[in-house]
Amino acid sequence: MNDMRILERDVDANKVKISAQNCDVYYGDTHAIKDVSVDISDRTVTAFIGPSGCGKSTFLRCLNRMNDTIDVCRVTGDIRLDDQNIYDSRVDPVQLRAKVGMVFQKPNPFPKSIYDNVAYGPRIHGLARNKADLDEIVEKALRRGAIWDEVKDRLHAPGTGLSGGQQQRLCIARAVATEPEVLLMDEPCSALDPIATLQVEELIDELRRDYSVVIVTHSMQQAARVSQKTAFFHLGSLVEYGETGQIFTNPKDERTESYITGRIG
Amino acid sequence: MTDASANTATGLYATDAHIRKRNAAEKRFRLYGLAAVCVGILALIVLMTSILGNGVSAFRQTYVTLNIELLEAKLDKNGNRNIDDIKKVSTFGYAPLIQAGVEAAMAENGIEIEGLTGKQAGGIISKEAAAQLRNFVIANPDAIGTTVEFDVLANAQIDGYFKGRVDRADAELLKTVSPVQLDLSDALLEAGVLRTKFNTAFITAPDASDNRPEAAGLGVAILGSFYMMIVVLVLALPIGVAASIYLEEFAPKNRWTDLIEVNISNLAAVPSIVFGILGLAIFINFAGLPQSAPIVGGLVLTLMTLPTIIIATRAALKAVPPSIRDAALGVGASKMQAVFHHVLPLAAPGILTGTIIGLAQALGETAPLLLIGMVAFVREYPAGPPEGFFDPASALPVQVYNWTQRADAALVERASGAIIVLLVFLLIMNVAAIILRRRFERRW
Repeated sequence: MNDMRILERDVDANKVKISAQNCDVYYGDTHAIKDVSVDISDRTVTAFIGPSGCGKSTFLRCLNRMNDTIDVCRVTGDIRLDDQNIYDSRVDPVQLRAKVGMVFQKPNPFPKSIYDNVAYGPRIHGLARNKADLDEIVEKALRRGAIWDEVKDRLHAPGTGLSGGQQQRLCIARAVATEPEVLLMDEPCSALDPIATLQVEELIDELRRDYSVVIVTHSMQQAARVSQKTAFFHLGSLVEYGETGQIFTNPKDERTESYITGRIG
Repeated sequence: MTDASANTATGLYATDAHIRKRNAAEKRFRLYGLAAVCVGILALIVLMTSILGNGVSAFRQTYVTLNIELLEAKLDKNGNRNIDDIKKVSTFGYAPLIQAGVEAAMAENGIEIEGLTGKQAGGIISKEAAAQLRNFVIANPDAIGTTVEFDVLANAQIDGYFKGRVDRADAELLKTVSPVQLDLSDALLEAGVLRTKFNTAFITAPDASDNRPEAAGLGVAILGSFYMMIVVLVLALPIGVAASIYLEEFAPKNRWTDLIEVNISNLAAVPSIVFGILGLAIFINFAGLPQSAPIVGGLVLTLMTLPTIIIATRAALKAVPPSIRDAALGVGASKMQAVFHHVLPLAAPGILTGTIIGLAQALGETAPLLLIGMVAFVREYPAGPPEGFFDPASALPVQVYNWTQRADAALVERASGAIIVLLVFLLIMNVAAIILRRRFERRW
């Protein structure tokens, strides 16, 4: 448990990266997220847990305005990235999404080559001045995605030809290629087998050194393994938010305890 | 637990009445399906045999090779080779030369037919031959006075005799052909002067009048159809795809877009003749575009094809998994980048297939073209693009309609031949659709 203690001190030392205050989300007439306030720290893995349909994915998608693509969805409240309101009318959601990358539940590489998958983001954002630059960015991203050694000899093979776990790490590499500050992961391991899950989890732990990572997960074990902070959602409300160790060993709320012991959810 | 005990009592090998009934129903259903397929195939076979049986002969035509003396006394009385004087001689002036040519061929091969007049001998040759000769002489005035070998068309009745359309009993009754002319034709065939060969003129020549059905061809109709397809492709594809992308990817989903969607589906079901009336009212009466022109036909067919392309394109866009859009948006692509870089390439095979099917439908469409005057008798080829889009032209299906309307059996044969040409074009387009789909298909 000594490790945990060090991590805890680590967490306290990091500044707040994203701050959400009194957030509400409506899907048409449905009130999906009810008055949620969370401070997400920099260089930390924050896990969102909770039963299906509790709104954790919806809330995650608010953090990079992916909900904008859904017509009936309405977000109110105040979400700040480095003290700037991301729902301000001056903010371009496209630019925001380059800063707040996202990895989805199902691995979704583009039906293009591995190289083009990773190079797409840098290309559209004009991050590379020439081919050599782009090669470098792609290699760096694939190394960060812990998949470089497996694909370096077949960069021009289709990304869809990889195994599920490799595809998901490719998607992570694609997300980090645009140099984001925050990485959002929506159940990144739910479509993967245990070995691939382990690889992705190790990767998430490494990504913590450079990014603030927010991960939505169904698996409480996974939340306990990879995260430093955990938020428990239930029926659209944030029930409890705190350090992972505390949430799993000494939850303050009765509902949290019921969920982590398997009585609800 | 009586059910369970009943099951154990019958065992796995025995089948009860209920199971037997169910199996029989399944077998029956499969037979119905097979029967339905067989009926379809039978209908196709009957259709194809009837069309091929009637139409294949249109691709062969009877020709007579004649040595014709281009008499100076008839064609250029002044003898000064003045082209204006030569042009004054009408096709009637050439008829005696052709008659003389036939008689010369008879004499050369020692053919003598009892009761055959000189006029009847000349009558086995198509009236088109005189025009052919005249055009040759105008182009080569120096040939006057010499003897030139010509391949001239035989009369439609003589052609029909060799194709089995006309027999001796018919010839007794018909005014246009007599048994002695058939005797002459038989003799000429034996002598090798007359023969049947592949009819390229059927594909390239323009339509011909009722007096010379043997000269009628599809040239103008093919060119007109081709021009219309270009207009349809250039207009319907970009407009259709742009409309679909907007409706599918950008438009808010509300009452108005629902209304538009319902209307597009309804437009696809509107009878094509209605589009013809619309085209007549708007493009010809209001906008003042010329009648019978491929541009008007193309515009009307564009209106007709748009719903097909929009529906196919929207289906293709819908079939692209949303995860691809999420992935593109997730790395910071704009909506338009996501659509153009990722969604559209994946939807391309479906869009292409839909477009080609729409084009094929437009190619076979007749009714709206009748209303905008494309059924007119057109002998002049339209000019090259772009002026040619405004020249009068015909279209393949309209030509079929036109020929079946005219009484001559030779034209009915040509109508079936034109259907074969139309079917070949449709087949080529469908094969192109399949090849394009295979080539662009990608998995995700």
